[in-house]
Amino acid sequence: MTNTQTPPARTERPKAPPAPQAPRLSARDRGTRLLATLFLAPTIVGIVVFTVVPIVGSVVLSLFHWNVIDPPRFAGGSNYGAVFGDETVLVSFRNTLVFMVFAVALQLLVALALALTLNGRMPVWLRSVFRSAFFFPLVLSAASISVVMKYLFNQDFGVVNWLLGFVGIAPVPWLTSENAAMTTVVLVYVWQQFGFSFLLFVGGLNNIPKEIHEAAALDGATGLRKHLTVTLPLLSPTLLVASVVGIINALQVFEQPYVLTNGGPGDSTRTVVMVIYETAFEQLRFGEASAVGVLLFVLIMAVTALQFRLSRRFVHYQ
Amino acid sequence: MSQATLSFSRARHGLAPWARIAGLTVCALLTLGPVVWTVSTSLRTPAEAFDLPPQLIPSDPSAEAYRGVFDQIDVWLLALNSTLVTGLIAVGQMITAGLAGYAFARLEFRFKKPLFALVLATMMVPLQVTIVPVFLVLKSMSLTDTLLGLIIPAFPTAFGTFLMRQYFLGMPKDLGEAAMLDGAGPWRTFRSVYAPLAAPGLAIVGVLAFNYHWNEFFRPLILETSGHNYTLPLGLVSLQGNLGTGSISVVLAGVVLSMIPAVAVFAVGQRPLREGITSAGVNR
Repeated sequence: MTNTQTPPARTERPKAPPAPQAPRLSARDRGTRLLATLFLAPTIVGIVVFTVVPIVGSVVLSLFHWNVIDPPRFAGGSNYGAVFGDETVLVSFRNTLVFMVFAVALQLLVALALALTLNGRMPVWLRSVFRSAFFFPLVLSAASISVVMKYLFNQDFGVVNWLLGFVGIAPVPWLTSENAAMTTVVLVYVWQQFGFSFLLFVGGLNNIPKEIHEAAALDGATGLRKHLTVTLPLLSPTLLVASVVGIINALQVFEQPYVLTNGGPGDSTRTVVMVIYETAFEQLRFGEASAVGVLLFVLIMAVTALQFRLSRRFVHYQ
Repeated sequence: MSQATLSFSRARHGLAPWARIAGLTVCALLTLGPVVWTVSTSLRTPAEAFDLPPQLIPSDPSAEAYRGVFDQIDVWLLALNSTLVTGLIAVGQMITAGLAGYAFARLEFRFKKPLFALVLATMMVPLQVTIVPVFLVLKSMSLTDTLLGLIIPAFPTAFGTFLMRQYFLGMPKDLGEAAMLDGAGPWRTFRSVYAPLAAPGLAIVGVLAFNYHWNEFFRPLILETSGHNYTLPLGLVSLQGNLGTGSISVVLAGVVLSMIPAVAVFAVGQRPLREGITSAGVNR
């Protein structure tokens, strides 16, 4: 879609004098401007007050020591120094990156496989049943779903271990061992989130003209190869969006680890956002929390920029 | 080439249809299983909640757990809070996104491009990065620990604005031009020509807003400190905190109760929801 719509060139009446030096606005144009101002005001004011000012505020706050009670003291870079010296913060960044890599990869793989499989021939009603089923968890709240999953993944009486028992797998300490906890958080997150990428892929596949596949089939492309050489390149813009959105969301993971494990055991599932929450709202160290927030922001921007750079080589537009 | 004809028939069937459908069925069961288990366990008596194998249909269904939820938390109050917050945000976003989207799509004014770029850029800013200053801004307005403090910051919606702009751009321009020729001013043109046509797009914005904010946890957790301002997700997690004394079926009954409106919106608003999500991936 085009970016801006130029107004219809208004045809001047023949007897109108040639435009004078300063083009005066007609009453209608002034009306348009007034209307635009009124229409935009709520959105722009809201965005400035609740996003732009807070971003600047975060950066400023990160340079101060402040606990709300005592007056703020200038801290220079010492909050950042403290953050880099804090084992828990460093671990939380590592955890978040590990989480992001596995959660996004798994989510995209599952979503893509399901969308491609669903794209094959089947009755229309069945297709819509499957589509609804895969997208259903998205409408549920991450917090309440995590409460449910806490029971399902219980080591002793959870249904997951009971099911695994049938294939002879010994009970796994899903939530209580440092090694397994992050896996559980990833699984629960992906279970709820894959529907988002799935819907993007379904939309993207629908946008691929049928003739291209038919032509590829005539040229001898089969099953998997057809997907690799034809479908995926055509789907690459959607893949880019799905991975960008997926990564931005994954770097902000909070509800699942907060409810499932509260960051534990040890710090094994503590994420950056959990650290921001704890530092600011439990320990009232607003300056350090802001420093962590600024670093998270920088990380998100860096990863996204890197992705767009890499994508120049892999994304094809029709 | 004889090979070409051979592979043509294979390409169309890639995977046998029954295998595809069987695989999708297994995945659908995995996706819906936890939800079915939640509903069925909430209907068992607390004593039988841990039974393995889990019975899909409780032998002796009981509403005891649901009574337990009402005993432990003020469900009506939390539901009222959630409804107020979510409903007002949804309506507010439909208004702000509708107006701003129209302005970006159909009106001419100064700084249009940079303002639109600003709106798009804020889609990238994670809430968690700004939450501390937002908290302080709200505190300075005495809006922390109030429902208004949850509602007002959520009115502007970058994604909704983007979506509505696309929506208005997709409408024929001749309509507005005809109205203008008939002497309608910019406001009349919007009010009587374009706004009525925007209803389906606004429905997408409303349903997306409802879904997101009904389930929202992070902001309420930070902003709402007294129990009478809690929304449902907060109440649920507090139910779980009583697990030592309480029971799993009570917690799950609470989960089911809080799911009902989300599921209702899923049933009624499935299409707008899907379109809203899909449009994030195409037409960029």
